[in-house]
Amino acid sequence: MSQVTQIAQPFNSHIPTESYDAIVVGGGHNGLVCAAYLAKAGKKVLVLESRHILGGAAASDEIFPGFTFSVYSYVVSLFRTHIVRELDLTRHGYQVIPLECTFTPFPDGESMTRCGDPEATRREIARFSPTDAEVAPRFSLAMTQMASFIKHLIDSPAPDLTALRISEVTKLLGLGRRFKALADGNKYVFTKLMTMSAVEFLNLWFESDRLVGPMSVSGIIGTFLGVRSPGTAYVLLHHYMGEIDGAFRSWGFSKGGTGGVSLACARAARSFGADIRTQAAVEKIILRAGKATGVVVRGGHEIKSKTVISAVDAHQTFFKMIGAQHLDADFVHQLKRFKYRGSSAKVNLAVDRLPDFSCKPGDGPHLRGDITIAPGVEYLEKAYDDAKYGNFSERPFLDIVIPSLTDPTVAPPGKHVISIFVQYAPYHLKEGPEQWPAKREALGDTVVDTLAEYCPDIKDSILHRQVVTPWDLEQDVGLTEGNIFQGELSLEQLGPFRPVSGWSRYQTPIDHLWMCGSCVHPGGGIMGAPGELAAKTLLKS
Amino acid sequence: MPIPTPFHDRTASLCISHRWTDWAGYCAVCSYNLPNDSEYYALRHAAGLIDISPLFKYEVTGPDAAAFLSHIMTKNIEDIPGGRAVYCCWCDDFGKIIDDGTVFRLDKDRLRVHTAEPMLAWFKQFKRGFNVTLEDMTAKIAAVAIQGPTSRKILRQITDVDLDALAYYRVLTAQLDKLPVLISRTGYTGDLGYEIWVENAAALSLWDALMSAGKPYLLQPVGLDVLDIARIEAGLMLNGVEFHNAAHCLVELQKSTPFELGLDWTVDLEREPFCGQRALSAEQAAGSRFAFVGLELDWDEQQALYAKHGLPVQFNPGAWRSGVPVYNNDGSRQIGKATSGTWSPIVKKNLALASVKTRYAQTGTVLKIEYTVEYRRETVSAVVAPMPFYNPEHKKT
Repeated sequence: MSQVTQIAQPFNSHIPTESYDAIVVGGGHNGLVCAAYLAKAGKKVLVLESRHILGGAAASDEIFPGFTFSVYSYVVSLFRTHIVRELDLTRHGYQVIPLECTFTPFPDGESMTRCGDPEATRREIARFSPTDAEVAPRFSLAMTQMASFIKHLIDSPAPDLTALRISEVTKLLGLGRRFKALADGNKYVFTKLMTMSAVEFLNLWFESDRLVGPMSVSGIIGTFLGVRSPGTAYVLLHHYMGEIDGAFRSWGFSKGGTGGVSLACARAARSFGADIRTQAAVEKIILRAGKATGVVVRGGHEIKSKTVISAVDAHQTFFKMIGAQHLDADFVHQLKRFKYRGSSAKVNLAVDRLPDFSCKPGDGPHLRGDITIAPGVEYLEKAYDDAKYGNFSERPFLDIVIPSLTDPTVAPPGKHVISIFVQYAPYHLKEGPEQWPAKREALGDTVVDTLAEYCPDIKDSILHRQVVTPWDLEQDVGLTEGNIFQGELSLEQLGPFRPVSGWSRYQTPIDHLWMCGSCVHPGGGIMGAPGELAAKTLLKS
Repeated sequence: MPIPTPFHDRTASLCISHRWTDWAGYCAVCSYNLPNDSEYYALRHAAGLIDISPLFKYEVTGPDAAAFLSHIMTKNIEDIPGGRAVYCCWCDDFGKIIDDGTVFRLDKDRLRVHTAEPMLAWFKQFKRGFNVTLEDMTAKIAAVAIQGPTSRKILRQITDVDLDALAYYRVLTAQLDKLPVLISRTGYTGDLGYEIWVENAAALSLWDALMSAGKPYLLQPVGLDVLDIARIEAGLMLNGVEFHNAAHCLVELQKSTPFELGLDWTVDLEREPFCGQRALSAEQAAGSRFAFVGLELDWDEQQALYAKHGLPVQFNPGAWRSGVPVYNNDGSRQIGKATSGTWSPIVKKNLALASVKTRYAQTGTVLKIEYTVEYRRETVSAVVAPMPFYNPEHKKT
């Protein structure tokens, strides 16, 4: 909190009266990245964040005294390394500590720990399937090759499939060349990846459910799909594209929580002269003759700007801040069909000791990585079944990390924070999403009960519990239907189709209104790419 | 055959990777774990415990102790008040460096010198005329470095001494968990940190006390591989890599002077005669041929070299010290050598320490450094950057 006040002023402490080159609506990490690039290019930029903290869904907050939670998003991987360099983010405090391993406990007392030591991992997988153990490195290699192919797609604006401009054709040809450069076998693999489910795709390689189950969850994170739903294989790849220091498939903790990334972006933006304000909820984007000319902040304060860039999602931007009456019917039609349907929740625990897994007692490297409660495909499918009918999963998939084991700044000595990503917790409860506040603690109990099946003493160690439902994500952070990616990351909502076909290039049908959040290409995750690409496209225009 | 250090019983059981090296005749841990990333991140974000017992340690006592060392060292040790530590180097008569290390002035007539190489004979040759006793303490004293942002908090758990008053490069005697120790606010990581010196017999108790107090503060034992990354990030040179003891060099080209190594600040010329003074005064007047610089490698060019082979950028884990040529900006002439380097996970850059001709040493000068990708020798641009590359505020506060 004190770090935020050093970078950003509350709106009312000094109401800006001058006019700006650009106003960025929303101080999430993408808004801040966009602001930093624009300010670096000499533009006069104002960032308006509605909350008292910066970062949007990449925010850290001291929810319980002495414990800092990455309240929403919890790991970093996809953040573009060139943004770190171009904005000199390490100088502004960007620090990511890689996760050591992936630990999967099973209900029968078994467990699997996959870590950075290839031989140890091979031996561990071989306990369940010697074949899978040998195949795993080949799978990783294929995914790395495909990730490096697809990486070019996320580092540039989405190709426009309809335009016949030479630049677009060149871009598509470039993509074709890179596809041709893929090893022959991988061309087929990639094609399959685009259409198959995560489980089917993994079954092309692996035979053990103990491996396929936990690996398949990367295909469903943030989507309202099951691990057997077609299209989820691609989402799997999206989670393989993360890189830290050049190594694909590395995930890490941001020092001080994921808000640390946002604060580094904010400091960079400040260093280039951007003005950042908190507690500045934008109520309306001002239109004059169909062009965006500024914003109205809660309290009725009008601020003028040559350009408005929205970092909030498409629904909030167009239906809340603009109004459907100012938009073409077809655009509205497509926007309404853009799927949000948030499916995940978050439970954050402050605990007085480390969790003790009965299948692998005591402290060890297995606690310093990703702990996945996804013991098999059937478990995950059942969890999805509950969600299909408007319930949260009776036994959900949990993705658990304990950042305080590697970052001493987030918990008092000897105590820990446990961050638990929970799926499925559908926004659309059968009783209606507004019933979430009444069900919040029941979800928290379910999550703790699920974890207690593996760590029986967990309940006694809890000092504080925070449950963040999709409803809370919508109410507190402004994520429509609580979708963590500002819109589902499913194939038909990616690239040139995100958020509306023909409008993936950060511009909107409203002149001087741009988009730079996760709802535009290349999508969600703490990636920074939408913010960067929007700024660069705007500066070129 | 290397011998165990006084901490061996503990380090051996923790070194599950079984990766050891020979450090001055002692078994030293390269890395406790495989991979050893967690050691690096503990060092930079929490704290690391490093067995530095193999350092050579000499105690110099007597009324002329400070004058004696001043005669050997490039720094005027007589000026150093009690309770202070200094980093310095010493040279031969021709101003060529022999070794570097730290000197602690424990009291007026008692000093301790820590060196990378055995120096008893070298120091002894200057004894004539000085009322001093020189004792090799190497095998009697164990030493451990506790380095990193939480190191002070850890020590606070087991000592009553005022650690806030122990400023950078100060030294004091203390009780750590009731064990008599010497604590110096020194280190080789460029971070907040301490080195603790203890009689051999108390070494294991000290290790246990530190590990136990350090657990809630995420202390981890750290091996030399990670220390090598940290010292490069801190811009700190290493005997045998960045320079060579002049007494061991076959040819002049292999020797260096303190000025060439950027150690001007450790050279006090205007004082009573000291070893190498005349040559160093002449070099100061005439200018040095070489300068010690830090280089940051251009990312885009590295990426482009890998892309030529259809590869993403790849880094070898850990630091290298194989030595590569450094060229002028257009790559037409070799103007120096990079002696060691590393990918820095905290600075997010590929870094190198280099020795280049003086006129290429200005900050911002763009040079070329040899860079091999897929067995092809290429070059990438490298800019002369200020050092230390990583210099956290808490190092000195």
